[in-house]
Amino acid sequence: MKIRTFRIGGIHPEENKLTHEVATQVAPLPKQAIFPLSQHIGAPAKPVVQKGDKVKVGTLIAEAGGFVSAPIYSSVSGTVLKVDTAIDATGYRKPAIYITVEGDEWEESIDRSEQLELVKDHPELTSEEIIERIKVAGVTGMGGAGFPTFIKLSPPPTAKAECVIINAVECEPYITADYRLMMEKSDEILVGLELLMKAAKVTRGYIGIETNKPKAIELLTGKCRDVFDGSDYCVEVVPLKQRYPQGGEKQLVDAVIRRQVPAPPAIPVSVGAIVQNVGTTYAVYEAVMKHKPLFERYTTVTGKLLSKPGNFLVRMGTPMQEMIDLCGGMPEGENKLLAGGPMMGKALTSTEVPVCKGTNSVTILSGSDAKRKEAQPCIRCAKCVSACPMGLEPYLLAKLSSFKDWERAEQEDIVSCIECGSCQFTCPAHRPLLDNIRMGKSTVMGIIKSRAK
Amino acid sequence: MNNKLIVSLSPHAHGSDSVERNMYGVIIALLPALLVSLFYFGIGSAIVCLTSVASCVLLEWAINKFVLGRKTCTICDGSAALTGLLLGMNLPSNLPIWIIVIGAVFAIGVAKMTFGGLGNNIFNPALVGRCVLLVAFPAQMTSWPMPGHFWQYTDAVTGATPLSVMKQAIQTGDASVLNSLPDAFSMLLGDYSLGGGAGTIGEICGLALLIGFVFMLWRGIITWHTPVSIIVTVFVISAIMHVVNPVYADPTTVILSGGLLLGAIFMATDYVTSPMTHKGQLIYGVCIGVLTIVIRNWGSYPEGMSFAILIMNAFTPLINNYVKPKRFGEEVKK
Repeated sequence: MKIRTFRIGGIHPEENKLTHEVATQVAPLPKQAIFPLSQHIGAPAKPVVQKGDKVKVGTLIAEAGGFVSAPIYSSVSGTVLKVDTAIDATGYRKPAIYITVEGDEWEESIDRSEQLELVKDHPELTSEEIIERIKVAGVTGMGGAGFPTFIKLSPPPTAKAECVIINAVECEPYITADYRLMMEKSDEILVGLELLMKAAKVTRGYIGIETNKPKAIELLTGKCRDVFDGSDYCVEVVPLKQRYPQGGEKQLVDAVIRRQVPAPPAIPVSVGAIVQNVGTTYAVYEAVMKHKPLFERYTTVTGKLLSKPGNFLVRMGTPMQEMIDLCGGMPEGENKLLAGGPMMGKALTSTEVPVCKGTNSVTILSGSDAKRKEAQPCIRCAKCVSACPMGLEPYLLAKLSSFKDWERAEQEDIVSCIECGSCQFTCPAHRPLLDNIRMGKSTVMGIIKSRAK
Repeated sequence: MNNKLIVSLSPHAHGSDSVERNMYGVIIALLPALLVSLFYFGIGSAIVCLTSVASCVLLEWAINKFVLGRKTCTICDGSAALTGLLLGMNLPSNLPIWIIVIGAVFAIGVAKMTFGGLGNNIFNPALVGRCVLLVAFPAQMTSWPMPGHFWQYTDAVTGATPLSVMKQAIQTGDASVLNSLPDAFSMLLGDYSLGGGAGTIGEICGLALLIGFVFMLWRGIITWHTPVSIIVTVFVISAIMHVVNPVYADPTTVILSGGLLLGAIFMATDYVTSPMTHKGQLIYGVCIGVLTIVIRNWGSYPEGMSFAILIMNAFTPLINNYVKPKRFGEEVKK
């Protein structure tokens, strides 16, 4: 069988998966945990605690601030130090809750046993009940973007879900958190997938994994056979050819079920697919079956010059500095600290930025890896056009944006850009294509929004 | 914690491709053809190419520094050297040095730097240089030295090119003239010992050019679209013409003769002056093929490749404007 992949563009960055075979360790508790109120797409959460309040692990500290929003739970037990601001991944100071850690006392409602809970033993779990529990637990997309999961599971009335696709691609270089999770928690992930399918009222499921993870493909294929054969569900593990940005929702849907999501405002469910990251799937299992809100996650801490890079089960709110210290400390000299991988990660301005719901990796690029080369004139080689997975013309969009020709930029579909960075990665002239396109895209989106009013 | 953190927007990784890698890659791809030409044309080939490269590089440096007053030096990016080499390989190996320098002035000075240097020119600089010389010095530009006279430069023995033989056949309406053409195999190898003809430095050996083509495809410097569409178009049209009227040479000879392969592989694929989309490159290639056939058979010059490419260079912005890549999700969902 031909190994599937998406049909337009794509690149192949150097993998650098340094921590592939490093088993996950449980990270020690931080001394102080910081919870930014904006960890997801949508309205920031509203704090429900005040200075001096005692909290436990799993206590609600901020409730959803709107429909598209998610509550935040404490990952530690201790005292609320202050509700103040903290530098987050965007580089700005944003509202955040600080908690001083004292001991490790959990809310009693959380089931801390290792016992695997199966869907068939829980007849009370209707579709609505599952979605409600996911919503209450504050589960958001854990692959980076952070879209509240419950919204994805309740598609608009115009669309009908036909399948759930688990995003286990992990196409970003360096990151191995999802891979470790699959190797270590495969049973839980399959229960999570069953929950997602039940919630979305579909019977077809897919798990998309790139072929650079043969062990995960083998393990999950075997387990899927054991779990789903003879059941009402039909689940297939789909090996995918290594190509970036396969983990992009639209690319993954194209690769797995050969359907292309039209330009915005269409979303994957418009073509019948609900895509969830494996980390999210695991969080769904824990939220629904163990009543455990989302407050810890698998994160890779990596970098070529780190002495002990690794994968960690880390409590959210832990400052990155503590994670880096676990791996042998920040390398000497000039470094670039990323929340996420080198293709789409955000460069941080401080090592005190905490691990959040979407932090799949803490990546440190050192030396020449950390710096951009000087831009040269565009030689019109068209490599950006070939690389663009959305079929756009990055050279043109970047030029139109720098000329502020918003009207033409809109005609050229600038809002379809998924900001994957493939164009800039391939550009032989080292041009800052995506910088310009990003600026143009946000301006054009603003114009479109104001026109709708 | 006194370490400095570097902050920039994503992506933070780069594929390590560079302008230099591509420019020098094309130069490397030209080396087999250059070596073959040294073997056939000897010292003249070396003198012409060296003069051309040196004057192009020097001119770019001088214009950048003294005319444009730019601080950055652009000659290291390899584009001026490449223009020089391509210009040299498009000239006969007995061309006097002063004419080559004039060609370089038009290539770098007029066609490239006037428009702002690398990336901004509308027309392929090397071809502008060549065509200006072809129009200004038709006698010198069409006296072709015969291969096999190693130590002769401007006093080389000259002879007919396959193209002029083909033109003669059309003009006289006598298909038997074509019998003096070398067979396709010796044209592919550039072996004119059978007494066929001559040509420019770069066009003598089809096989060497094809090796360069494969090298550039392997290195990802160019895609197949432009060269293949040109070659296929020329092959199909000339095959039909040959069948209808044998006065027109057979398609294999047409493709292997003159600057067709050199133009299709190295000149039409010039990044700056060719379309940005694969679809556009196919249209561009087909048009070049058609124009080449038209000029070769009905124009006053025996060779039409250079003019065809220059004409299509002018249409490149238009093609870019109207031919768009297929957007993701454009197809109708089922």
